[in-house]
Amino acid sequence: MLTRTLTVALVGNPNTGKTTLFNALSGLRHRVGNYPGVTVEMKKGRAGRGERTFDLIDLPGTYSLAARSPDEMVAVDLLLGQCPGEPRPDVVLAIVDASNLDRHLYLVTQLLDLGLPVVVALNMTDVAASHGITIDAAKLSERLGLPVVPIQANKGRGVAQLSDVIWQAAEREPSRAKPQFPEAFEREIATLTETLGDVVPSLLLRRLLLDVGGHTERRLSEQFGPGIKDRVAAARQRLAAAGAPVPAVEARTRYAWIRAATAGCVTRPNVRPVTWTDRLDRVLTHRFWGTLVFLVLMFLVFQSIFTWARPLMKLIGAGQDAAISVLRDTLPPGPLTSLLTDGVIKGVGGVVMFLPQILILFAFIAVLEDCGYMARAAFLMDKLMARCGLSGKSFIPLLSSVACAVPGIMATRVIENRRDRLATILVAPLMSCSARLPVYILLIGAFLTAGRPWWVPGLTMFAMYAIGLVVAPLVALLLKRTLLRGDTPVFVMEMPSYKVPSVRTVLRRMGDAGGAFVRRAGTLILASMVLVWALLYVPWWDAQGRRYEDRIAAVGADSDESKAINAEWKRDSLLGRVGRAIEPAVRPLGWDWRVGVAALASFPAREVVVGTLGIIYQQGEVDTDEIREAAWGEVGETGLGKALHAARWDDNPQRPVFTIPAVLSLLVFFALCCQCASTLAVIKRETGAWRWPLLTFTYMTVLAYVAALVVYQVGSRIV
Amino acid sequence: MPRLDELPAGSRARIASIAGDAALVQRLMELGVLEGEEVEVVGFAPLGDPMEVRLADTRLSLRRHEAAGIAVDRIA
Repeated sequence: MLTRTLTVALVGNPNTGKTTLFNALSGLRHRVGNYPGVTVEMKKGRAGRGERTFDLIDLPGTYSLAARSPDEMVAVDLLLGQCPGEPRPDVVLAIVDASNLDRHLYLVTQLLDLGLPVVVALNMTDVAASHGITIDAAKLSERLGLPVVPIQANKGRGVAQLSDVIWQAAEREPSRAKPQFPEAFEREIATLTETLGDVVPSLLLRRLLLDVGGHTERRLSEQFGPGIKDRVAAARQRLAAAGAPVPAVEARTRYAWIRAATAGCVTRPNVRPVTWTDRLDRVLTHRFWGTLVFLVLMFLVFQSIFTWARPLMKLIGAGQDAAISVLRDTLPPGPLTSLLTDGVIKGVGGVVMFLPQILILFAFIAVLEDCGYMARAAFLMDKLMARCGLSGKSFIPLLSSVACAVPGIMATRVIENRRDRLATILVAPLMSCSARLPVYILLIGAFLTAGRPWWVPGLTMFAMYAIGLVVAPLVALLLKRTLLRGDTPVFVMEMPSYKVPSVRTVLRRMGDAGGAFVRRAGTLILASMVLVWALLYVPWWDAQGRRYEDRIAAVGADSDESKAINAEWKRDSLLGRVGRAIEPAVRPLGWDWRVGVAALASFPAREVVVGTLGIIYQQGEVDTDEIREAAWGEVGETGLGKALHAARWDDNPQRPVFTIPAVLSLLVFFALCCQCASTLAVIKRETGAWRWPLLTFTYMTVLAYVAALVVYQVGSRIV
Repeated sequence: MPRLDELPAGSRARIASIAGDAALVQRLMELGVLEGEEVEVVGFAPLGDPMEVRLADTRLSLRRHEAAGIAVDRIA
């Protein structure tokens, strides 16, 4: 029995249930490993029972070990034990889809070249059975020379047995059975081994010869000099002449071996049954119906974000107001009370308020991704994206950016072509992220809901998202025509079979997103809110040296005079002075200095705008009883909503600040502006250079200003 | 010999040969697009490109210019 720690690498095609198996084996706890120079992450967890535990590493889903980029190479390096700081795996756990066995075994045959014990987890046996496919696992195991364990990862079936088999495999010699390549090919490998010596693992030599323009070719020619490329090219020519052309020889050899191995252990019906995926794809990828379903689905997602979250928002709002009134009743007026109520509770509370919407949006994204619809969305959108120089593969990262640009930018790792990837990263922050929701909901709720037809809020919301959907591809096109010019990359995408989404996966995605949002609310946003509060609080004495709080106490907090005193305080505060100084710049957008200050304060994190508006406007409206009693049904009825309605220009008390053109100009500004320090930080991390976040920040700010200017100037002439 | 991208939706064919950029041919073959395999054209995206094809239980989205390198014998 082994006494050392066993390391197991989990490998498989995308959409095989790999993550589900990882979770089933390792429970909920895991950590994420990052590797320098590349953008892939590998999850690590502990699995097994009793003394027979092992470290499990979840490698990114892949169809093949033919690495085309540094990112794809990480998995190969890890399997070869060439990843710094990581031990070489003792066992490779390959998960395959029983309903599409031959194709999934392709990767397994490549894993055999590693010389490590391989265990095959035969997943989705239930799906295969429903298609009339039966697999004799024992016979298949014998033919492949590998342990084969039938499992149903989503139901946890066979998982315990799998752990035992992994341990048994670690104690045995790895299998020697594997596809035999033509003699001509093996001769070329022998010649290459002589040339390069045995420092290069044999798997890499095979990849060098087989992957035309692949990453192994690039790496080894850096290591051994460019002469290697000529040698490999000559070898490939000889192979083509010998009837074993690269790359076809690999697929032909492996698939022939797989077919021989599976013959007799897999029985399929003579006539392939019509599956649910066949039926669904007839509608969902149909030119007309598919597009209709897609648009209706997108509209429904956004309308439900608007309606379903209301009860929860009401609850959070009530809790926040209750906390403020308790503090106001118990603590004496002064800087500390003001900091706690106006800075901390209102600031963070106003942000947490939007947690329900974020959870609903992520639930939708997780469901669409898990059930297999995301690939259909990419299919439907591909031509449109291609016209703008991108591909359908950019659609998923961009759609994820609708939730948050940070995971969206990280999701661009699926794009193999570096130029496409950069273009997608640079336009991802244009997509309307969940942090923009607060300002959309506040403004649409306060000004475009009450007294208007039921579809106005949903449609305006849809329009805000549509701005991103239209502008991002246009900017991408511009980038692909100028800075990022080059050839079109390979675009072949698998359309996975539809499946019922796993509740666990969906809840996990919601939990991750909600957790990340709350953490941001707790740190970056809280810091910004406290800073904004301080800049609005200082100085707390007027020109005559009297404390504003004493003056308010003298006239009574609920009186109209107190509102006037508060307005004076905010106007003469540090931030108010800055705001008035920049007012000439934001006036053409239809904003007064208060709105300008709120926009300025939200550059580190755009969620801050709602809290800042709250601090600026709600200050004069300290009617705790009314806030406590107020129904949160309509945003326009809240204290902040009412305060915005009541807002007037300083130089013309008859003129409302928030006219429809001004509201739209503010909405458009927030839709297009890059007010997110985290996004810029992640762009730096993903691209490895400061010039890309700088470019993103500059172009988005200019774009937002110009668009808001146009909206207000045109809008105020129409209305 | 017709090319895969020329077939109408719903038609079936047998793959005769695969040509094109090496990276593209390699990816296609890894996914099971091989000579002699039967392929069905499931349909075309709204703007006529890409196309969805099915080989056994694998469904692929292919751009028309990528499918243009695949020569086929039509079955139905």
